[in-house]
Amino acid sequence: MSETVTLTIDGKKYTAERGRTVLQVATDNGIRIPTLCHNEAIEPYGACRLCVVEVTRGSRTRIVTSCLYPVEEGLIVQTASDRVIRNRKMLLDLLLARCSENEVIKNLAAEYGVTQPSFRQEYWEKNDCIVCGLCVRACEQVVGVSAISLVNRGISKEPAPPFLEKATDCIGCGSCYYVCPTHAIKMEDKNGVRRIHNWKVEFKLKKCSKCGIYWAPEAQLEYIRRKADLPVGFFDICPNCR
Amino acid sequence: MKDKVSEIVKKYNKDKSQLVSILQDIQAEYNYLPREALNKLSKKLDIPQSQIYSMATFFRAFSLKPRGKHIINVCLGTACHVRGGELIAESLERQLNVKRGGTTADGKFTLESVNCMGCCATGPVVKIDEEYFGHMTNDKVEPMLKKY
Repeated sequence: MSETVTLTIDGKKYTAERGRTVLQVATDNGIRIPTLCHNEAIEPYGACRLCVVEVTRGSRTRIVTSCLYPVEEGLIVQTASDRVIRNRKMLLDLLLARCSENEVIKNLAAEYGVTQPSFRQEYWEKNDCIVCGLCVRACEQVVGVSAISLVNRGISKEPAPPFLEKATDCIGCGSCYYVCPTHAIKMEDKNGVRRIHNWKVEFKLKKCSKCGIYWAPEAQLEYIRRKADLPVGFFDICPNCR
Repeated sequence: MKDKVSEIVKKYNKDKSQLVSILQDIQAEYNYLPREALNKLSKKLDIPQSQIYSMATFFRAFSLKPRGKHIINVCLGTACHVRGGELIAESLERQLNVKRGGTTADGKFTLESVNCMGCCATGPVVKIDEEYFGHMTNDKVEPMLKKY
């Protein structure tokens, strides 16, 4: 039996399992806290900082990232106080200056009334990547490959393959593409070939021997086959035909 | 090259958590971090290449390009900066005819900048290899270089 705690979120009392984070408990109870760098399958990281909330413990109130903050007995959480909104607006302002043409960022910023960065236009960028590291973390924690990593530091930090060349360890699974919150990773499947442009890689796709559709990169299937110790030819037919 | 890397890895008992120290040792050996050495290291320690590259690009102290025989570090930290560190850096760039991060054509010097060496009282400071030159002025740049 796991221990439970009682906390207050936006004036309402909730019971939650110890060890869960404020973001998880809020989400479970239908309270929306915006976030970009969070994914249930991946360890929280606190990179985008959009999930900031105000927590009160005893006489002290402060701003924390809810994705990393574990619930505790008697905690009082405010997910949309003036201070929280002010903080989030500033974060979105900064993100919008970096990703001035990204639809996801533009829409989220607009929700908070930020339609134009307050920084001078010469500092705006047209980047799609917010350097949240979700692609890198998915590749490491979920896929177990670590074909990419965050390289350099400060303003030149970016997710990239080793030596900024072709990602030789990549298996083409596309997890990075699926988890990227801002669609910064460009992937396409065409004529039996998958290309992930960001990592300079391309993969032959496996053709189902029954229905003839291309259904997954050969390298990825081989990786799974070896890992799960499956017989050769196991993936000759696609899941639909099996 | 393989043996040198093996030797260093052995010295640290193949301990992955010692990656920074291992990279420092490799750099001390070759003067920079050669790509083949990093590939070897990745196999020896069973750490993905990407993570080693991440580490190697994070720290200023590591270089992925071959460097000169002597490494010149100009301090541009706050204290040295206000005392004219920038002028010293420019003077060095002129005299060596390289930009920051570059290596002279004869391979003798590599010019780099740092953001504090922890000896602010003697600023502006220049460090060549392990020797510190404090209270630098433009006039002192040429005689300092002549020593090498």
